[in-house]
Amino acid sequence: MPHILAIPKVSPRAIKVWYRNLTVFIRTWQVNFFPPLVEALLYLFAIGMGIGSYVKEIEGVPYVTFIAPAILAIAVMNSAFFECTYGSFVRMYYQKSFDAMIATPLSIEDVIAGELLWGATRSVIYVVIMLPVLAAFNVISLPLAILAVPLAFLGGLMFAGIAMCFTAITPGIDTLNYPSFLFITPMSLFSGTFFPLTLLPVAIQYIALALLPLTHLVAIMRMFTQATVSPVLLLHLVWIIVVTILCCIIAINMMRKRLIL
Amino acid sequence: MGIIEAQDLKKSFGKTVAVDGIAFSVQKGEVFGFLGPNGAGKTTTMKMIACVSPRTAGTLAVLGMDPDTEPARIKARLGIVPQETNLDPDFTCFGNLFTYAQYFDIPKKAAAQKADELLAFVQLTEKRDVAVEMLSGGMKRRLILARALVNNPDILILDEPTIGLDPQARHLIWERLRALRTQGNTIVLTTHYLDEAARLCDRLVIMDNGRILVEGRPADLVRDHAGHEIVEVEKSADVVSCLRDLHIAYEEAGDMLQVATESSRDIARILLDRCRPEKVITRPATLEDVFLKLTGRKLRE
Repeated sequence: MPHILAIPKVSPRAIKVWYRNLTVFIRTWQVNFFPPLVEALLYLFAIGMGIGSYVKEIEGVPYVTFIAPAILAIAVMNSAFFECTYGSFVRMYYQKSFDAMIATPLSIEDVIAGELLWGATRSVIYVVIMLPVLAAFNVISLPLAILAVPLAFLGGLMFAGIAMCFTAITPGIDTLNYPSFLFITPMSLFSGTFFPLTLLPVAIQYIALALLPLTHLVAIMRMFTQATVSPVLLLHLVWIIVVTILCCIIAINMMRKRLIL
Repeated sequence: MGIIEAQDLKKSFGKTVAVDGIAFSVQKGEVFGFLGPNGAGKTTTMKMIACVSPRTAGTLAVLGMDPDTEPARIKARLGIVPQETNLDPDFTCFGNLFTYAQYFDIPKKAAAQKADELLAFVQLTEKRDVAVEMLSGGMKRRLILARALVNNPDILILDEPTIGLDPQARHLIWERLRALRTQGNTIVLTTHYLDEAARLCDRLVIMDNGRILVEGRPADLVRDHAGHEIVEVEKSADVVSCLRDLHIAYEEAGDMLQVATESSRDIARILLDRCRPEKVITRPATLEDVFLKLTGRKLRE
């Protein structure tokens, strides 16, 4: 049994698993296309215009402009995380799709890598649909905000990897609720999303920076949408890349351990 | 050299030994069966051959290759019909075959053509664009059989191919399997249905507790282990003592007593004359008699 940090042998066939999911996604595009659109509008109106009419400005920018990158970052997180928890779990456990796939030249490593890539792709699709909406409301700075798209892939891959680690250990679909309400929901509130991280006690700021992946994603996203890129970007980027690589490797090895007996 | 060769093949899950040092050799073009009660180790053996479950010890060669080192190359030439129905519910019948073909690197055009060809082969052309949830159990099994054939496999591996099917659906699957055998395909299957094994298999093994008990042609196994014919009489104290007096060997099978014999007419006549049983049945011996004799009548969980 390979070590949990052993580099998994993933072949280019992983793309076939990704393509299978894309095919299903495109066939049901009506149900997949509107949620990001509606979500962007809901956030903008409810929080941006609603709370924004009281808050006016935060860190020198209008409140909606402040939360715009958070809307994108949270969308990246949610779409990849839920795809690779509930979505992957359904395909693995209820549909037995992974069993069917590994009876072909695909290995379990290929299958999980394909699922992770697909999770990241979901994030990209979400952001690509949301960006024009945000641009229409003039709350993001173009063209730099276009970089949100490649960032969505990286951030999506990170949350896909984290999600797949939970999927690898969850006994059933109900227990996936724990990471989503103990980890994802608090994270979407305390990562410098709707108020600056600096409002929190210093100790908690450090904890957020050390442990909450979304903090780093929001920080970079904000630099892109507000055109305020600074060298700190590199620190955030390195943090995300390291965590992404680790989580994806661990996820693939743990899924192998779960599925290959 | 067989197309599948196993020597001292072992598989354990923690402390449980599922397959306990078996050896077998499957020849090209034959139908080879694995029989045994639940938990005998049949499915585990299939999974090791299919390169999805690594062996614990021993040697295994499939198509001359080692599943540990060249799984993708072996799997490219296998067709798998799993025990559990794992069709993709997100696709139609055609979509299932078409998508699966792509996992084997089959180009789209060829995949589409193959999918339609196979739908016709398993008589599902009418259901081409129907979602798989709408299919009956028999249709699903047929579609899985078709799916296993998308890559023109050299070896077809079937784990309980007709489980839970009605007689019509079973006969159709059998007929299709025989057609494949005629085309020269090698088929390895597991089954609980002994009539299925007797009909389809050129050779078979009977397994129990992870070991192979016997191996041979169905007819030879029946002759060697169960005799030609069986006389069954209703069990009663009188009949039992009568049989003992006559020194006729018998076995208890539920509420019946079974006598294996070369000539059921003679035995039946003696029994009717001397023991006056309520009911006497004579029938040819079957693989089921061999199976129950070797693996016992105790219920397996």
